[in-house]
Amino acid sequence: MAQPLVKKDDDRDDEVDYSPFLGIEKGAVLQEARVFNDPQLDTRRCSQVITKLLYLLNQGETLTKVEATEVFFAVTKLFQSKDIGLRRMVYLMIKELSPSADEVIIVTSSLMKDMNSRTDMYRANAIRVLCRITDGTLLTQIERYLKQAIVDKSPVVASAALVSGIHLLQTNPEIVKRWSNEVQEAVQSRAALVQFHALALLHQIRQNDRLAVNKLVTSLTKGSIRSPLAQCLLIRYTSQVIRESGVNPQTGDRPFYDYLEGCLRHKAEMVIYEAAKAITELSNVTARELTPAITVLQLFLSSSKPVLRFAAVRTLNKVAMTHPMAVTNCNIDMESLISDQNRSIATLAITTLLKTGNESSVDRLMKQITNFMSDIADEFKIVVVEAIRSLCLKFPLKYRSLMNFLSNILREEGGFEYKKAIVDSIVILIRDIPDAKESGLLHLCEFIEDCEFTYLSTQILHFLGNEGPKTSDPSKYIRYIYNRVILENATVRASAVSTLAKFGALVDPLKPRIFVLLRRCLFDNDDEVRDRATLYLNTLGDGSVTETDKAVKEFLFGSLDIPLTNLETSLKNYLRDPAEEPFDLYSVPKEVKSQSFAEKKAPSKKPTGLSAQPAAPTSAPDAYERLLSSIPEFASFGKLFKSSAPVELTEAETEYAVNVVKHIFDRHVVFQYNCTNTIPEQCLENVTVIVDASEAEEFAEVGTKPLKSLPYDTPAQTFVAFEKPEGVPAVGKFSNVLRFTVKEVDPSTGEAEDDGVEDEYQLEDFEVVAADYILKLGVSNFKNAWENMDPASERVDEYGLGPRESLAEAVNAVIILLGMHPCEGTEVVPSNSRSHTCLLSGVYIGNVKVLVRLSFGIDGTKEVAMKLAVRSEDESVSEAIHEIVASG
Amino acid sequence: MHHEISGLSNDCPTVKNILLLDSEGKRVAVRYYSDDWPTNAAKLAYEKSVFTKTQKTNARAEAEIIILENRIVVYRFVQDLHFFVTGEDDENELMLATVLQGFFDGVTLVLRNNVDLREALENLDLILLCFDEIVDRGIVLETDGSIIAGKVASHSIDDNSPLSEQTISQALAAAREHLTRSLLR
Repeated sequence: MAQPLVKKDDDRDDEVDYSPFLGIEKGAVLQEARVFNDPQLDTRRCSQVITKLLYLLNQGETLTKVEATEVFFAVTKLFQSKDIGLRRMVYLMIKELSPSADEVIIVTSSLMKDMNSRTDMYRANAIRVLCRITDGTLLTQIERYLKQAIVDKSPVVASAALVSGIHLLQTNPEIVKRWSNEVQEAVQSRAALVQFHALALLHQIRQNDRLAVNKLVTSLTKGSIRSPLAQCLLIRYTSQVIRESGVNPQTGDRPFYDYLEGCLRHKAEMVIYEAAKAITELSNVTARELTPAITVLQLFLSSSKPVLRFAAVRTLNKVAMTHPMAVTNCNIDMESLISDQNRSIATLAITTLLKTGNESSVDRLMKQITNFMSDIADEFKIVVVEAIRSLCLKFPLKYRSLMNFLSNILREEGGFEYKKAIVDSIVILIRDIPDAKESGLLHLCEFIEDCEFTYLSTQILHFLGNEGPKTSDPSKYIRYIYNRVILENATVRASAVSTLAKFGALVDPLKPRIFVLLRRCLFDNDDEVRDRATLYLNTLGDGSVTETDKAVKEFLFGSLDIPLTNLETSLKNYLRDPAEEPFDLYSVPKEVKSQSFAEKKAPSKKPTGLSAQPAAPTSAPDAYERLLSSIPEFASFGKLFKSSAPVELTEAETEYAVNVVKHIFDRHVVFQYNCTNTIPEQCLENVTVIVDASEAEEFAEVGTKPLKSLPYDTPAQTFVAFEKPEGVPAVGKFSNVLRFTVKEVDPSTGEAEDDGVEDEYQLEDFEVVAADYILKLGVSNFKNAWENMDPASERVDEYGLGPRESLAEAVNAVIILLGMHPCEGTEVVPSNSRSHTCLLSGVYIGNVKVLVRLSFGIDGTKEVAMKLAVRSEDESVSEAIHEIVASG
Repeated sequence: MHHEISGLSNDCPTVKNILLLDSEGKRVAVRYYSDDWPTNAAKLAYEKSVFTKTQKTNARAEAEIIILENRIVVYRFVQDLHFFVTGEDDENELMLATVLQGFFDGVTLVLRNNVDLREALENLDLILLCFDEIVDRGIVLETDGSIIAGKVASHSIDDNSPLSEQTISQALAAAREHLTRSLLR
């Protein structure tokens, strides 16, 4: 082979022999394309050249605009050949080149000639090509032919016209809609695919007309559809009609259900499956409606065809999420699928079984899964681990075998994501099932003895530091922790040092031994490790065996009450412009804007296990702080405690749009009125808000900052400041009037007239409420935070909330009233629950941390009762929280 | 490579792509009908991922199926050729399998039962015509392998003779004969 330019792989010699495209190169093929211009066409050669061009394009090669135009013009010459094979390749090539409008004109007449040819394949393909490349103008010229083609006796031609119609409907709906009669006729075609294409087009023409779709479904479900594909379409349209019409309230019957059920007995599996799937997806489907669908899906489970087994098990898996009982009948068939060659099928079968299994089948199931785990990919293993975690939370008594399973797979090979999923699951089981704690911690300890992932080691060490000291025999963990100091990299060693310190702080008998170990760490070759050891030796009171004091415990275990991203931003700002005075931790804004916490009880969301950290807050508080501190009148108010969300003071679409943001300082509040002028012919000047604070007795107005000018559609702010008693959460109602001078503006020049008219505009009232004095602030571990708070500060009382719409509504109302941060996903109330516990945390004005435990119960008459327990750093704040609830 | 994108409503079953790869995962011929893969690099990456994830499975006797990147892929291998059809995550899996079957049968017939890479490359024009007759911009055009092959086979009819009903049925008969022999073997 004389192909010196081609790189030749030794092991590819065979291929070198047979690829006709070896060494093919665009430039050369474009040269070859000149044969298209020969007066005596060599049709075979021309076909070959087109094939080569198509090959190149298919391999990802591109043509420049000039090259494409040249090829296009050359290809159009080939219409003079009568060779049908060559013509087909010409059609393909034209579609591939997607010619521009002025190029299309060149081929239009040739294609229109082919559209009227006696040869079906010419007619069909010419229609497809022409409709593909044409724009609307040409379409009116060929519309007559297309309408004829739709009812052509050749199925190939009819399908070509119908499919083209489906595409054209997107761009030229008004034209395609005129073909309704022909399309309707084609729906009755004896050719399966024509029927399918016609039905698809007819539905798309009518899809915005509910009544027409309803009529279409009503008439066709009586049975004139033969094509399986068309039948599948009809099932989809029928489901749509069912969704929109709902259940008959008198009989409880669902319209068209009988049709769907009838389709379960169709001879084509595709149709049976489509109908079964449609039934399982009916809203509020009943057990009676489900049964026949489940039965056919169950039959599919033992099919010899993998696709059929897969489709069935996937659908049943979805049903098991909402109707586990309906699927239990399939459990035996499902179990045999655990050994299915297709691992997707096996995984779906296992996760379905884990959802539908009962307590007694857990052990048997675990045995089967253990064999299966070794030969599936990590991504499937993660799915299984997650399913096992939820199973364990469902059957806590079975924790032993499930925990064993998790620890076994933890020891086996696996990637980071998989190992993390297992570790997260163990952590969640430890948190939720007290009995599982000790064995779970030991499994984790064994895991870090041989763990290649630094991230997981440090996370486990941190967790161990919090949980280990509270176990019956904390000393047994020390060996595992200190081994890390000897064996691991610097990051893990530093973590281990911190964990040792936590044991030292909480377990007094261990203290002397911990000190010995920590002192050894002073000789570590890593700075961070030595620094930590030094720090802890000092904070724990070097050498003496005294009880660790509260401040130290707070330091070791307390969560940093500042979102890390806020701290990062503040530190960066500080470093960019270093000041004389040291960095002040209290200058970091604490507001967490977005609230995505670990939601381990919310069924739809994945538990996040170890890495339960608040998400990055937005920088709105920063922006407000900058804005306010730039106004000299407010500069003396000190540090901004909290800014509320904007409260709208005008209806939507009024002349002037105004909302207010309440900024709370220690002794002041500042109302920031964001105003927008929506009238192009006006400019407002000297804009102020006159505030009537007669229903807010503790507030005294101390200043306003008017807005000089408010042109059209340019939002701007005016401010009013009030003084209030220091540190007191004063509340009250404020009524507001917008006062301004209005000037006419010539919209064409944008210039305002010189003279203006004074005017007023009534705004809505708003209130300063107790929640304005509480910052939303999450804690990473509510239980720890609660236990570390002085029990003496706790205030407990019970409240009746009266009849409520639902438990969830009551919980939500209290969360809004208190304006605190819901922890651990407890703001989500599982549907149908009769009781619920909600955990809240926040910071009260004066930087006082507050934690709240709310226990709700609802009775048959929807009467809701609530027990409120508050702990805070200041017992008066605990009382204040009760007052908020009592007066709310 | 040119895209064939259509903005269809969700009700209509659609195919996202049809791929014919060789036993090393390299393109023989591919067609994309969705803008999920806007660049050639994205397409190549997808083909690589489909190929590696399915490589070790046995899809020779029966069509197999896998979920990949939230899409359904049905596939079948013969000799050194790998056939794939990709659809939406909630598409009817059996519909996709029917398209795959049509694709597979059609190619088998136009290659006169010699289904391997060499034959496929040597008859690439027929393979490309097969693609063209199976799906039109995402919409299933035909699923019956013998009809697909029949449409393509008209290619090999002699010059200048307009195709009559009879020649189509001859082509079909020849095609069916091939299919039957392959089943008996």
